[in-house]
Amino acid sequence: MDTTGWINVSETEWRYPPRGDMRVPALLYATADLIADMDDKVQAQMINVATLPGIVAGSYAMPDAHWGYGFPIGGVAAFAPEEGGVISAGGVGFDISCGVRTLLSGLTRSDVEPVKEKLADALAARIPAGVGSIGALHLDDGEMENMLLGGAGWAVKRGYGTEADLERTEELGIMAGAMPENVSARARRRQQDEMGTLGSGNHYLELQRVAAIYDASAADAFGLGLDDIAVSIHCGSRGLGHQIGTEFLAKMAVTAGQHGIVLPDRELACAPLNSDIGQQYLGAMRAAVNCALANRQIITHLVRSVFADVLPKAQLKLLYDVSHNTCKEERHLVDGVERRLFVHRKGATRAFGPGHPDLPAELRDVGQPVLIGGSMGTQSYILAGVGNAESERAFSSACHGAGRRMSRHQALKQWRGQAVVEELAARGILIRSPSWRGVAEEAPGAYKDVGAVVDAADHAGLARKVARLEPLVCVKG
Amino acid sequence: MELFEQQAGGKSMTEPHWEHFPHQADVGVRGRGPTRDAAFEQVALALTGAVCDPHIVRSIDRIEIDCAAEDEEMLLVAWLNALIYEMATRRMLFGRYQVHVADGRHLRAEAWGEPVDVPRHQPAVEPKGATVTELRVAEASAGHWLAQCVVDV
Repeated sequence: MDTTGWINVSETEWRYPPRGDMRVPALLYATADLIADMDDKVQAQMINVATLPGIVAGSYAMPDAHWGYGFPIGGVAAFAPEEGGVISAGGVGFDISCGVRTLLSGLTRSDVEPVKEKLADALAARIPAGVGSIGALHLDDGEMENMLLGGAGWAVKRGYGTEADLERTEELGIMAGAMPENVSARARRRQQDEMGTLGSGNHYLELQRVAAIYDASAADAFGLGLDDIAVSIHCGSRGLGHQIGTEFLAKMAVTAGQHGIVLPDRELACAPLNSDIGQQYLGAMRAAVNCALANRQIITHLVRSVFADVLPKAQLKLLYDVSHNTCKEERHLVDGVERRLFVHRKGATRAFGPGHPDLPAELRDVGQPVLIGGSMGTQSYILAGVGNAESERAFSSACHGAGRRMSRHQALKQWRGQAVVEELAARGILIRSPSWRGVAEEAPGAYKDVGAVVDAADHAGLARKVARLEPLVCVKG
Repeated sequence: MELFEQQAGGKSMTEPHWEHFPHQADVGVRGRGPTRDAAFEQVALALTGAVCDPHIVRSIDRIEIDCAAEDEEMLLVAWLNALIYEMATRRMLFGRYQVHVADGRHLRAEAWGEPVDVPRHQPAVEPKGATVTELRVAEASAGHWLAQCVVDV
């Protein structure tokens, strides 16, 4: 991305002052090297977002920013309803509340290595993944309604997990304000057989080991030690979320003009928060958040059942569950005044700092765990939120991953799935996937260096590094 | 012929064919043909092509799709999203299409395919939704129509 017109505020902060129709500046957190690798659409999309009504403080982007749908992936923007602020289906994305949860097992590498193949096979067999997969639960109308309202709380009541899991989930596992009546029959139909499924593409379930600790005190508070074994799950709201995104993107594109909104890009389809369609989308999106939380909770139960069979001494406890495609109602200080804002995080993770009242008591002194997934076969990171109400950056947001270096088509030209699996196996990383082509498209080399992204997030004061994890087993759909 | 692109191969450029175009995170799907209907058929094959080779999908079952939109570009989005819905809910893949676009805002189609057979099809990704990114339906030159957009996978 060309930085002409950008002011280099610091090594990791860049500011593009408002010009033309921009209501706020664009603020990009990244190193010069990361920016050099970014596509020019990041700037164009940040500028477009900055023109939307009711936007507050800035149009932000994270160190892993890249071309998205209307909003850049890695984009953060907050809107004030009393100023005509909008909610954007494109600003949330198709995979509403896609996110990551990490479970700590109480095991170390030496416990797992002797049974790694068995674990890999059992996880692949028990967690439905990929196109055509069917979940263990078929939801009838009543249960669908309960799930959309109750989220992970509903799943726990059904026997999939414990109350302790809810305390370690954003929104305590239940997104308030869900309005299932705004979730269409088609969205429900798409979800009916998909509860507890992993999905495909860049979704995964990984067995990982803690390979490095950067912040000993935070690691201790999180329960992380060197060589500990963790399990991370990356997936979202499945077909229901995709269908809601599809339907509301189309509706908002049509109705934007009726609300006097000039869309610089049709993909930025949005509506005033204080409008019927804005409220309908908000309610449906919140229901989809509950679907994603319930989905990850069910998969957690399935993972626990696998360990109960293969390694019964494992005690899988949830460290935290983060979401990175959401619009959340939050309170933030802006110019010294507390404001009620609707914060869009599109491919960005909430990262509340120490002392935030929404964090569970055991983690409140440390800050929120921020779980950053790597690509298949590469490292992941655990960070912690930093800052407080006065010092937070980008409404307490951080990056979510590395982003692709090349298209799926280009990856297919470079790699063969079987060779990737064999090469990773030689490094001690077992891959389980039903599709060689899917593996090739997700080859480690197809992604950017997540380490550089995480370092930039740390230097920029978005979140601080706590630990690095390396994969041992990766299950993909 | 490359596995995941059908090439015109020395024939007229209006020979119906499909292709994928670059997009960093997801998949650009494009269909070309002598008519708008043909372009819509080919872009649907490109959608299948994001998942698996359309040639290996058997035409065992037939479904019908009707959709409508305010203009032909949004009709393309509606068409692909209707297919994605059917693929997801029926757990099917489709390898052959017949499309008729009436007045640029209504579409009726037949799609032939079979239930997903994971070992044989080895599906690579699961389409989430068609987007308006790079969305275009146009008669690029006389008798040469194209239809394209990016699909979130």
